[in-house]
Amino acid sequence: MDKQSDTGSDYAHIVRAEGISLSYGKIRALQGINLAIGRNEIVGLIGDNGAGKSTLIKVLTGVVRPTSGKLYIRDKPVDWTHYSVREAHRLRFETVYQEKSLGEKQPLWRNIFVGRQITNRFGFIKVAEERRIANDILKRQLGFRGVGIDADSTISKLSGGERQGIAIGRAMHFDSDLIILDEPTVALAISEVRKVLDFVRSIKNSGRACIYIEHNLAHVHALADRLIVLDRGRIVADIKSGEMTLEELTKFLIDLQKSGHAAGIG
Amino acid sequence: MSTHLSSPPSPAGRRTASWPQITQVEGLPIILVFLVLVGLFIVTAPEVFLHWPIYLSFLTTVPPMLVLAIGLTLVVAAGEIDLSFPSTLAFSGFLFSVCESSLGNPWLGLIAALAGGALIGLVNGLLVACIGVPSIIITIGTQFFWAGAASILSGGQSDALQELDGSAIYDVFAGNLFGFLPMQSLWAVGLAVFMWFILNRHRFGEHILFIGDNRQVARVAGINVMRETVKLFVLMGVLGGFAAVLLTVENLNYFSTQGQGYLLPALAGVFIGGTSVFGGTATIVGTFFGTFIIGMLEAGIVATGIAGFWVQAIEGIVFVAAVTLHLLMESPGKLRQLRALAGLGGRP
Repeated sequence: MDKQSDTGSDYAHIVRAEGISLSYGKIRALQGINLAIGRNEIVGLIGDNGAGKSTLIKVLTGVVRPTSGKLYIRDKPVDWTHYSVREAHRLRFETVYQEKSLGEKQPLWRNIFVGRQITNRFGFIKVAEERRIANDILKRQLGFRGVGIDADSTISKLSGGERQGIAIGRAMHFDSDLIILDEPTVALAISEVRKVLDFVRSIKNSGRACIYIEHNLAHVHALADRLIVLDRGRIVADIKSGEMTLEELTKFLIDLQKSGHAAGIG
Repeated sequence: MSTHLSSPPSPAGRRTASWPQITQVEGLPIILVFLVLVGLFIVTAPEVFLHWPIYLSFLTTVPPMLVLAIGLTLVVAAGEIDLSFPSTLAFSGFLFSVCESSLGNPWLGLIAALAGGALIGLVNGLLVACIGVPSIIITIGTQFFWAGAASILSGGQSDALQELDGSAIYDVFAGNLFGFLPMQSLWAVGLAVFMWFILNRHRFGEHILFIGDNRQVARVAGINVMRETVKLFVLMGVLGGFAAVLLTVENLNYFSTQGQGYLLPALAGVFIGGTSVFGGTATIVGTFFGTFIIGMLEAGIVATGIAGFWVQAIEGIVFVAAVTLHLLMESPGKLRQLRALAGLGGRP
């Protein structure tokens, strides 16, 4: 991993957004988003379906370009024309998308390295090396022992928790400074949810930053240093850990929804 | 740092250990089918299939189709399809023949044929990747267009290229190595090996597999889906141009409809071989044997003494059986479903 100045350690915010707006035709998906994530902060992103959570993540990670606004990574401005998923990877941003992170029919080793293959000069993949590292990630980092999974297992044969584990292991391997989790516990058994939450804590412990999108309020409330509430493309609340109890937060969100409906009717 | 995700109850059928290692050999089922067919023909027509000439003749007739089928395998792996390659045989064949007969330079003709194929592929690729027209639709259109262009340019005439017989380009693409081994088969086998490495060991092949598996995943993984799709169609076009040269040199003749009759057999070779129409998985080894099965069936059936009318019907049966077999082997769940269905049907 190269230690260039733009991935160096001398910064206050891993990512900072200023006035980010995005419209799809007449639909305004994001409106004037201002947001700063500290270098070792777990930020929970909550809001209803369609509030703009996933769109915001896509902007931060170079999947889509906003209509307007500025982005700073490690306090340095980002040039949108050169910002892409690949560039975000290079800047050590890693996203774990729900359901969309892994190629189902491909073996595990390909999924860990896709987009960042270890190749020779002519672009041919060093398969033995990728396999060895993949097996190492499975055993050492994720503790997949004696469950019959190895580097050659096809993703379609893994359980939901195992899949999240692979995506998370990939993020750890590539030494990301910002890990974005998009509802990682959806559709998981309770025992597997606990493991994923343990991982989110370990992100914090290892000094990385994390943006954590979650529907289950109890999960984020317990974990996050800060909660950001999105509603119809705007940030409507920025709550530090301890400022609100889970009950207060729930009531706040329900009131927000009600006012939204009222506005819609009126 | 470790988050112990240990031993959740695993879905059935995961453990590869219960299957012998031999089933891991790429394309094994279709190799077996191929051998069984050869065995059948040896039994039913020993006077033909126990002698070398029939096999050497396959090695001259199958290679153009094999070159096309190999390219198609990659296209199908990406979840796309190209139906325009028969027109590449016509258009690139025309460019080759015109360079030979007007300029007397067959090597320039080779370059022109490959470039013509690349152009056809580029148009397909740009329309599919940048505009988003489904490839099955757009390549029907471009197939008509380029076949038509070849007819107009050649005036529908054929072009005898007898003067190439014994020339350097003939020796390279249609001559016999050691006096018996057809050169085009060496080109086709070499290409198959090379493309196996591209598909299974090169970054480009991996990108194709992920695009075919799930476009969204591919994009999120940082693959430039648009650029790779264009590259893929250009590659298919170049291979079509190369097949056109092999075909034209072998026949010592160009005719504007020379691509007709290749569409379905080349596709059949790919699917008989076990490449999934759903994209994301592909086998060059399967395509290799699948194409030889298609190329062998006609001669084999005629040699066994069954009337020629039977050829297509038997090809159809082999095709349907092979594709069904692959699907069932790919998803054991389907097999169980079928068994359950049969069990239910048995009850009063």
